[in-house]
Amino acid sequence: MDYAKIWFVFWAVLWTGYFALDGFDLGVGFSGWLAADSDEERRGVFASIGPFWDGNEVWLVTAGGATFAAFPPVYAGLFSWLYPALLLILFSLIARGVALEFRGKVQSSSWRSFWERTAAVASFSAALLFGVAFGNLFRGLEIGPDAYYGTFLGLLNPYALLTGLLFCAFFFFHGQLWLAFKAPPGAAARAARLASRGWYVLAGLLLLFIGASWLATGLSGNFLVRPSLLLLPLLLVVSLAAAKVLLARGLPGKAFLASFSSIVFFSLTGFAGLYPDLLASRIDPAFSLTVYNSASSPYTLKLMAWVVLIFLPVVIGYQAWVYRLFRAPLTEGELKKSGMY
Amino acid sequence: MDVLALSRLQFAVTAMFHFLFVPLTLGLGWLTAWFETRYVRTGDAQYLSMTRFWGKLFLINFALGVVTGLTMEFQFGMNWAEYSKYVGDIFGAPLAIEATVAFFLESTFIGVWVFGWDRMSKRAHAGAMWIVAFATNMSALWILLANGWMQRPVGYVLRNGRAEMVDFMALLTNPYGWLEFFHTVFAGWVIAGFFVMGVSAWHLLRKNQEELFKKSFGTGAVFALASALLLAVVGDLSGVNAARNQPAKFAAMESVWETQRAAPYTLLSLPRLNGEGNYFEALKVPYALSLMAFRDPQAEVKGLNDFLPADRPPVLPVFLSFKAMVALGGLFILLSAAGVWLWRKDLLQRYPLFLKLMVLAIPLPYIAIQLGWIVTEIGRQPWVVYGLMRTAEGVSKSVTPAQVWLSLGGFTLFYTALGVVDVWLLAKYARKGMEA
Repeated sequence: MDYAKIWFVFWAVLWTGYFALDGFDLGVGFSGWLAADSDEERRGVFASIGPFWDGNEVWLVTAGGATFAAFPPVYAGLFSWLYPALLLILFSLIARGVALEFRGKVQSSSWRSFWERTAAVASFSAALLFGVAFGNLFRGLEIGPDAYYGTFLGLLNPYALLTGLLFCAFFFFHGQLWLAFKAPPGAAARAARLASRGWYVLAGLLLLFIGASWLATGLSGNFLVRPSLLLLPLLLVVSLAAAKVLLARGLPGKAFLASFSSIVFFSLTGFAGLYPDLLASRIDPAFSLTVYNSASSPYTLKLMAWVVLIFLPVVIGYQAWVYRLFRAPLTEGELKKSGMY
Repeated sequence: MDVLALSRLQFAVTAMFHFLFVPLTLGLGWLTAWFETRYVRTGDAQYLSMTRFWGKLFLINFALGVVTGLTMEFQFGMNWAEYSKYVGDIFGAPLAIEATVAFFLESTFIGVWVFGWDRMSKRAHAGAMWIVAFATNMSALWILLANGWMQRPVGYVLRNGRAEMVDFMALLTNPYGWLEFFHTVFAGWVIAGFFVMGVSAWHLLRKNQEELFKKSFGTGAVFALASALLLAVVGDLSGVNAARNQPAKFAAMESVWETQRAAPYTLLSLPRLNGEGNYFEALKVPYALSLMAFRDPQAEVKGLNDFLPADRPPVLPVFLSFKAMVALGGLFILLSAAGVWLWRKDLLQRYPLFLKLMVLAIPLPYIAIQLGWIVTEIGRQPWVVYGLMRTAEGVSKSVTPAQVWLSLGGFTLFYTALGVVDVWLLAKYARKGMEA
């Protein structure tokens, strides 16, 4: 059995889990204020992600840790080559986290509004930067023989910026759909309308992205060789269409699940296109970091595969239980008790 | 400064800041869970007030521990890319396991605890805090097994130009990692005990909710005393362990320069600033150092002169930090023992001076734990992995000094601001007292 290939799948699954889960937290963070009209509604908006965002963020930590353990040169390369970008992502996530925690700790509207603005700016920049980073992964990096020739400004190329905007659109749609069945009624109705309009932007950006990926990246290669992989983008399109239909039928909860599945299949489509590269080189494919040349030893990969196979289902199990536990929105009384009022 | 110096400084700043918040979490989680279980068992509403009060402080503190932990997870790759490539095969594993088995657990169940008061039985709710407390300590175990491997690399072979894991059990049972684990968590528990005693003392001095804060003080004192005593035992074992596995670090801790058999313990000495010998040495207890380090009065203790200057850690900071940490450790036993005694005799309010002292003592265990990490990490220099890889070899090649200047400046400003707000919030809620 080739554990490096299995680990490529785990790697894709962990990032995918992060985007599909923290995606709506980030979306709510940067666009929730659009749906809320009063202090009370804003409180409901933030309360809707309160019990979940921390657990969702760990998918990122695990994706990072798993990259370190399973593909050390990828971990080292990705984080040191994209140093300024990673730094900004870190600052954004730190600011987002403290904003959500501190917001309800002082009963003053200027305090709350300061942290709400911080959460909005930080969530937006995290979403955008993740998109820019993955846009550059899809496009390939200026990797030479044991050196990196790219620059920070080079990361801000049109294709990567397009991917960044696409991530923002995905998370906007995802976050508004979440609010459409989790926020207080007034905000929920507004969120449903915003999601409905946002869908067109998302669909437009997705078409542009697919076109640009076809022209400007090597992502399409795998799909031409193995047409069965086309099932992934197909499911992406079906999920996204279903989300729109379900939303129009007044079923925002189900539309959210469809949007969840669209992010999953979007992400898996991207990773399927990347394979076998993890970090592709634009200079020469010989310099790319692939499952063949950058995986850990079979011993480590096997051990870590067992850890993931045993514990990740457990994690998914108790996280699913938490989503069920908090399926009904938090009441005013619960919020006061939580200290997140 | 070059990328190496800047990256080391940045790692120190971000790790030490992270570690202002983590240790309190390690202990206060257990105490909060304990109070809540007392509430479930006895139905006494006093324990509910205590649970909610200490739990709230736990959360304010926890928030910064989590967000600054993100930096720790990323920064090996950002600043220490060569290190990450060379050792990721074995060093990455415990970090990934930590995220999978521990960090998920604490981050998910903290949400259950904060928001779930009315959604589950009281027992299950208390259970959520026990899970959080267990998971935070479990996190510490995996992180410290990773650090233990840097101190005493085991279970690997050098192959394909890197350190590859061949024996996971060796990593898992590395005594160095386990000693660091117990040393660190007991120190964290001492911090929590002193934190609870100090905040309670502040209220007792003002005659606020005396019943509730006396109970809290007592629990904190017993917890702190037990942990401080355990800490002394583990501290002693850690010294033996350092002498055996990292003789250069041990020699720096005691500032021993000449290798000798039947080495005496020098009560007073001071290493020279230039890193060559001591200014003075006085009050020597014969055989004591050999006895302490090797349990044998005749044993040979290696001196720093046996190591090339390039292989020695900076002696002065290691020496001073070690001595100060040990002295503080002793003080914690005395203070917490006095606390237990006064609490049991119900005399706390009769000694306001002692209560004031306990308020002022809140920062001391924090200082001690930071000093301990200075000993551990500076004492390991010049190695990033002891005997295997030098720190200078581990730094990222593609990162420029300008980038690290910016990130270091950014972290310093950003963290300072966050720290100020968080400590202000902690003080605000600590002063507010308990809800009836």
